[in-house]
Amino acid sequence: MDPLILTNVTKTYRLDKVEVPALREVNLRIHPHCFTVLSGSSGSGKTTLLNLVGCIDRPDSGEIRVAGEPIAQLSDDALTDFRLRHIGFIFQNFNLLPVLTAYENIEYPLLLTRTRAAARKNRVSELLDAVGLTRHAQHWPGQLSGGQRQRVAIARALATAPALVLADEPTANLDSQTGAAIIALMRTMQRDFQATFVFSSHDPRVLAEADDAVLLQDGRVTSHGQRRPQPVTP
Amino acid sequence: MTTIALAVRNLLRNHRRSLATVLAMVIGSVSILLFGGYVQNIICGLQTDYVRGGGHLALQHRDYFLYGSGDPTAYGIAGYAHVIDVIRHDPVLAPLLTVATPTLDFGGIAGNFAAGASRTIFASGVVVDDQNAMQRWNDYEFPGAPEVLSLTGTAADAAVIGTGVARVLRLCGPLRVANCPEPTAVPTGSDSHADSNLHGDALPADIRRLASRDAPSDDGPLDGTHIELLAATTTGAPNVARLRVTKAVDLGVKEADDNFVGLHLPAAQRLLYGSAMPQVTSISLQLHHTDQIPQARQRLDELLATTLHDVPLAVYDFRALNPYYGQTVGMFKAIFGFIAVLIGAIVLFTVGNTMNAAIVERTVEIGTLRAIGLRRAGIRRLFVCEALLLGAVGALAGMLIALLVAALINHSGLTWTPPGRIDPIHLHVRVWGEWTLLSGTALGLLTVAMLSAWWPARRAARLPVVEALRHV
Repeated sequence: MDPLILTNVTKTYRLDKVEVPALREVNLRIHPHCFTVLSGSSGSGKTTLLNLVGCIDRPDSGEIRVAGEPIAQLSDDALTDFRLRHIGFIFQNFNLLPVLTAYENIEYPLLLTRTRAAARKNRVSELLDAVGLTRHAQHWPGQLSGGQRQRVAIARALATAPALVLADEPTANLDSQTGAAIIALMRTMQRDFQATFVFSSHDPRVLAEADDAVLLQDGRVTSHGQRRPQPVTP
Repeated sequence: MTTIALAVRNLLRNHRRSLATVLAMVIGSVSILLFGGYVQNIICGLQTDYVRGGGHLALQHRDYFLYGSGDPTAYGIAGYAHVIDVIRHDPVLAPLLTVATPTLDFGGIAGNFAAGASRTIFASGVVVDDQNAMQRWNDYEFPGAPEVLSLTGTAADAAVIGTGVARVLRLCGPLRVANCPEPTAVPTGSDSHADSNLHGDALPADIRRLASRDAPSDDGPLDGTHIELLAATTTGAPNVARLRVTKAVDLGVKEADDNFVGLHLPAAQRLLYGSAMPQVTSISLQLHHTDQIPQARQRLDELLATTLHDVPLAVYDFRALNPYYGQTVGMFKAIFGFIAVLIGAIVLFTVGNTMNAAIVERTVEIGTLRAIGLRRAGIRRLFVCEALLLGAVGALAGMLIALLVAALINHSGLTWTPPGRIDPIHLHVRVWGEWTLLSGTALGLLTVAMLSAWWPARRAARLPVVEALRHV
């Protein structure tokens, strides 16, 4: 099952009295367990598309199916629960909760899903180990570097084992070396945890790593090309 | 990571703002508690004065309360000794009772005929030992020794009068009444007799005969401290008692000072009833505690319907007999309520402002929490929890500081003279032990904190996730 299907999705923003179309009749199918990048110039609709598939915004028309489920009719609470279980977010500014340690930031989504303490501990330890931050588990976000914070954010996004992980310009606030390391980490995590990653980026290194590339222009998908053979679904 | 733990960390993160908010709450709760404690002390003091003076309950002829002031002797209690005996030996009432005492209140004319002066008065005949026992009631543990009635240890024909009565009757000198300059009265035609009396004319022969008829053996020369008390008997005939004034008392209220004459009950009964069966106008009942009033009253009603059904009596509590008490309590409670509402409003806006600032600062965090799966209710819960924590800390700190300040005030030796009193009393603020006040203030503060956080929390929860994440 494809983790993400968009059919004729349109989204228009209203700025004062001017209507600005952000997405126009977008049709898109993201393959499972792929590393998909959304690219395009500024204002092309990348972030809008990510917001819509991340269920934090609603389209004006069209249908979006995430993990096989149409999300248009879900109530706010149902949509929130859906995000919790099926979607992970990695933000450009990391967006870690400053009052929680690295461990607690990763643990937080698991608390919301009411995962048992032992299972929580195992999962957080596993993720901390995977992102190489076991020694920094009790550090506050303010005590971590940008790269380390983004590693925590990646671990948090994967905490509930979501079908889809969305990342909006994940390397934009990192230096090139750290950015490259984060891309490599995400790639590894995507493979190791069998998740589908979709993210927006201008970074050519990200494009080079992608399995799939979607080019957006003026709110339309102008090209959608498979860059690598699709990984075999286990 | 529970909501409470997260809320605590958020509050500690911006500890200056949290501290400023808690400080506003502390000042608010301390103000409410101290003023409440002061009001409570006034109410307790007022209640103590009334209970010491007239007991918790009074049995009167059922029409005395409405009509007795015009003709008290017509509404007396004839078999009062039997009534008191029944009450004192009743198995339900006896354990509740500290004192059951009769009083006879009546109006008359007091005269100092040697000085040619007289005035209408309101007299009260009492059993001195019982009244002194009532003065020992101290359920609210006020400091200081109980007052002793001025009639204590005096002869059967003794009387005490208000300082105003003493002035009008020209008894200032012998009774050592201060502030008693010689008046400059406007002469009138009717003053001619009084003028002659001022020069030493004796009591008119008819009045003197009446006065001496029932008086004790002392019929000696007038020495300047005797007064004649003229009253109507039950048959409407005038009767006069000659009384030896032992003291002029300052009652703290000019109206009372200008009218009061206190005397021993037998003397009052002799004046009003002569050799007939003596009566009283009221039987005062003092209980161990004020909250026993309903129980005692219920039993009295039962007795009046059964054992004492042949005596036409009604039961009144001190609040009904003294409307001033209820008015004063009501006034202070209204002032307290007004101040509490004002302080509550200040706290409301302070906490609301803090929450609003927190929401603006943490908009991106709110967006992040919503994006990763926290429901709107979770956001509301988080901010309300933070406000409740502030409220709880503010209430607790406020209580502790209020108790400390109250203890300092209570041990400072400060005094004040409340209305209706002549002696200064210790300034006392009742906070410790006033559990209703303490819990009410804490609960009020928590409620205000919760209410003030509710709208900002609701606003935070309803922020569109995308806009919240985009917030700079």
